[in-house]
Amino acid sequence: MKKEFFNGLRDGVPIALGYLSVSFSVGILAIASGLTVFQGALMSLTNVTSAGQFAGIQVIAAGGALAELALTQVIINLRYALMSLSLSQNLSEDVTIRQRLAIAFANTDEIFAVAMGHGKNLTFSYMMGLESLPVLGWTAGTVLGAVAGEVLPASVSGALSIALYAMFLAIVLPVARRQRSVLLVVVLAAVFRCALYYLPMFAGISAGMAIIFCTVAAAFLGAWLFPVTGEEKEM
Amino acid sequence: MVYVSILTMAVVTYLIRMVPLTVFRRKIENVRVRSFLYYVPYACLTSMTIPAVFYETGSVASAVVGMAVAGLLALRNRSLVTVAAGACAAVLVAERLLL
Repeated sequence: MKKEFFNGLRDGVPIALGYLSVSFSVGILAIASGLTVFQGALMSLTNVTSAGQFAGIQVIAAGGALAELALTQVIINLRYALMSLSLSQNLSEDVTIRQRLAIAFANTDEIFAVAMGHGKNLTFSYMMGLESLPVLGWTAGTVLGAVAGEVLPASVSGALSIALYAMFLAIVLPVARRQRSVLLVVVLAAVFRCALYYLPMFAGISAGMAIIFCTVAAAFLGAWLFPVTGEEKEM
Repeated sequence: MVYVSILTMAVVTYLIRMVPLTVFRRKIENVRVRSFLYYVPYACLTSMTIPAVFYETGSVASAVVGMAVAGLLALRNRSLVTVAAGACAAVLVAERLLL
């Protein structure tokens, strides 16, 4: 049992280090959007999701309604449902429902990927080991970024706030180059979002609703025109 | 109010992760639904980035420079951290030169 836990801890180290830097920019953004250091840290500790938190911060900063906030989280984080489904099939038989409730908490993209790479019959101890350091790293990075955002001059924190967008680009671009269907979805989403952003007739639509609409429309068109047949790698 | 928002986000996100691990454990067979879910992250990251990124730094021009550098590094398959650091550095340099 102990060995399993330490195996998980070890596998979680590279994820935790990666999270430190990504969550640093989440922290910067939280401060720039009017949240306090504590609020940013609390959000990271309880949510553990980059894109979801990012959209959430945008909606909170724009003063969006709670229902809108909840809906953005559903749309953006829906992929986790797929990951949890797959992970569920790889958990060891003796993992109880109560233990599953704990494992679900930090089933992020990276933790899912490493867990699936680890193979079948994943134990509760391994999963707890795997999740602990990344959650710590994610929260600590947010605190560091938020504190930095408070003390750094505006020009520097402005430059740092592009980090998260750059990482999004780094996630999307290599796949879009390999797969024309993904490229189409990306272009559609960008065109839709710009239309909602710049055209005066859409000026009343809030940021959260616009992101939801553009995401659903572009992904729907992609699925309709280019259904994915093989077992594609899920993000 | 911010705390209610954070709690709402946390509960929704947790439920999405928790329900398929405990209650609903069947695989999704429908190709259209699977495809839709496959494309969602790309569509979502794009619509959160464009055009918001261009108003995030000191000027539109510096943001364009930063994202161009990020794009080049990403296409060379550099790590997320390298791409992010490169973009930040490019924005800082661009803003120095443009001032």
